[in-house]
Amino acid sequence: MSKNIIEIKNLHASVEDTKIIKGLNLKINVGEKHTIMGPNGSGKSTLANVLAGNPSYTVDSGEIIFMGQDLDEMEPDIRACIGLFLAFQYPVELPGVRMWQFLKSSLDAKREYNGQEPLSTREFDNLLNEYAEKVGISQDFIKRNVNEGFSGGEKKRNEILQLSLLNPKLAILDETDSGLDIDALKVVSQGIDSFSSNENSVLLVTHYQRILNYIQPDFVHVMMDGNIVTSGDKSLALELEEKGYDWLSTK
Amino acid sequence: MNNDKNVISRDTKLEDDNYKWGFDFQFNADNAPIGLSEDIVKLISSKKNEPEWLLDWRLKSLNHFFKNQDNEPEWANIDFPKIDFQKIRYYSSPTDKPNPKSLDEVDPEMLEAFTKLGIPLEEQKKLSGVAVDAIMDSVSVATTYQKQLEDAGVIFCPISEAVHKYPELVQKYMGSVVPYSDNFYATLNSAVFTDGSFIYVPPGVRCPVELMTYFRINELDTGQFERTLIIADKGSYVSYLEGCTAPFRKNNQLHAAVVELVALDDAEIKYSTLQNWFPGDTNGEGGVYNFVTKRGKCQGKNSKISWTQVETGSAITWKYPSVLLQGDNSVGEFYSVALVNNYQQADTGTKMIHIGKNTKSTIIAKGISAGKATNTYRGQVKVLPTAKNARNFTQCDSLLIGDKCGAHTIPYIEVKNPTAQLEHEATTSKVSDDQLFYTQQRGISLEDANYMIINGFCKGIFKELPFEFAIEASQLLRVSLEGTVG
Ligand SMILES: Nc1ncnc2c1ncn2[C@@H]1O[C@H](COP(=O)(O)OP(=O)(O)O)[C@@H](O)[C@H]1O
Ligand SMILES: [Mg+2]
Repeated sequence: MSKNIIEIKNLHASVEDTKIIKGLNLKINVGEKHTIMGPNGSGKSTLANVLAGNPSYTVDSGEIIFMGQDLDEMEPDIRACIGLFLAFQYPVELPGVRMWQFLKSSLDAKREYNGQEPLSTREFDNLLNEYAEKVGISQDFIKRNVNEGFSGGEKKRNEILQLSLLNPKLAILDETDSGLDIDALKVVSQGIDSFSSNENSVLLVTHYQRILNYIQPDFVHVMMDGNIVTSGDKSLALELEEKGYDWLSTK
Repeated sequence: MNNDKNVISRDTKLEDDNYKWGFDFQFNADNAPIGLSEDIVKLISSKKNEPEWLLDWRLKSLNHFFKNQDNEPEWANIDFPKIDFQKIRYYSSPTDKPNPKSLDEVDPEMLEAFTKLGIPLEEQKKLSGVAVDAIMDSVSVATTYQKQLEDAGVIFCPISEAVHKYPELVQKYMGSVVPYSDNFYATLNSAVFTDGSFIYVPPGVRCPVELMTYFRINELDTGQFERTLIIADKGSYVSYLEGCTAPFRKNNQLHAAVVELVALDDAEIKYSTLQNWFPGDTNGEGGVYNFVTKRGKCQGKNSKISWTQVETGSAITWKYPSVLLQGDNSVGEFYSVALVNNYQQADTGTKMIHIGKNTKSTIIAKGISAGKATNTYRGQVKVLPTAKNARNFTQCDSLLIGDKCGAHTIPYIEVKNPTAQLEHEATTSKVSDDQLFYTQQRGISLEDANYMIINGFCKGIFKELPFEFAIEASQLLRVSLEGTVG
């Protein structure tokens, strides 16, 4: 019997008094990879932000149970520390904040929360170098400020670097594949692939089918107007690629 | 790492309160009566056994002050009730036996008090790198590290002592950069100044340790009027740092210091300030009025003076550390972080006066405003006709936290030589919710995220501070930022 990592029950959520998520249900088991597809503006990023606890979004009703805990009222940093990770669609720049310091502080915070000693500088550097190389981020980037002056592709690689480093239980990836050239797409896909395991789960938000050439999802969901309108396996993605979304809205 | 090497950490963990330095010490104090008069000035002078010339200078200043008493300056973007100069105490000595000759003579209770503040003077003997002069209210308590400084020929002592030991130097330079008639508060200071630090670095000497003075106002109703004079002789170098705190007081306390720096040919003075006077409570009651005149003179060719300040305290800060670039090829620098929270007000900046040829100045000012506070950068760059090929670069960045605070940038530029090149950049930004959320999503708490982002904003300034003090400064920033988010 598989254990679920997250269960979303009848979720209603809004931004600035506009209802965006309308009664959404979703369950992800440990070790599963799920994909959410859907047209622009259907509420995918809103869902990702609500799960991660972005205070700009309001949960109106419903429940989110993550690792057996109700996320209601739980601070975003605590969600992160217990194993929820969001790769942002638009990672923000932090002027003057060095990558190294940011990454080390993140990992230290998570380790501290979970009762572990912080890594020594050397241990951390070894880990960081290993992952940075995998996602094709050079030493120079580690010395730079977080996302400052990074190209779109570099920002996405940086998100994957953080994913590898923090090794969460659930990775929510918001359009991490969009805007990438084919090389970057491969690197990012490999990063996601090597993260996902029997113990970790993935929720991949995308509106392109092409990343599914690299990542094999167990489930594909289609989101429209704030709700999941249909779910299936990988063949659903191919069907969407052929027919678009319109046939679903009339269903 | 080096974070736990708390050279001067003042985190005393006393109360769970935002201002961690607010406790009060009980000492037998030798207080002058409250009020300002010729008698008071004479009393101060006689307490310090001063020579005739100094008393005359004080009285001349007092006269000038009384004549101009109604001309208190009003141009700054700050707001406070009129100060009654007759309600201030101008002299307070916290111990019965002032002017100890060495640490062994210092009142043990006083040593304990400074240890409580996080400045263990005893340990300073062992620590390498920093010599400390501690000033409580009006009197210098202890100067550490004397031996090493003597060997190098560096003089670092209370100015009251320098008056006796090195009268020619004091007489020659005191008032040479900031004349007694310079401005309202400088005039008052010239009449009633009590103590402060004196530094002389002989020709060709690189001062072997960082020099530091630690100031504290303790007595009720006491004004602090210290006077600091630093002279770097030809080809010498010195790095000096001052730190300041004061206890909680319901009433406002006045701090009107004068600092004069003189750099001769090829000399360099680096002057750093961590200012953490009591800022008042969260309702804007109490706090220190920090009205200070700081000026350096690059008197010799190729000389350099740089001011670095981290200002987090005081109810009102009103100061413009300036440089007179007189020597050819001389360099002036001003690096500043001014943080205001709650009801604090700051009107601060710098003046760079280019007089010599090929003189260069750099101004980098970062203002952070939170709560209902206002922060004004006011700066002047003046290029005189003699200053051929003068250069200035100015950058003013303001950061706002919340939407009830304010930031203003007021640059004055006056150029009288067509070969001058001036550049000015200014930005205003906010700590955005997106930045906070992004950082929090990586497991970092909201307070820490806010601190990290603001620390990033200040980075260019902190790197100008001596290493230990950069850590100290960012800790200070952290404490001052408590409660600004969430
Ligand atoms: N911060 C916001 N303020 C107002 N409206 C928003 C905000 N964020 C998203 N929306 C609106 O919510 C809807 C869903 O947006 P989003 O979740 O970004 O969709 P998707 O990621 O599927 O493209 C859109 O109509 C968008 O305009
Ligand atoms: Mg989106």
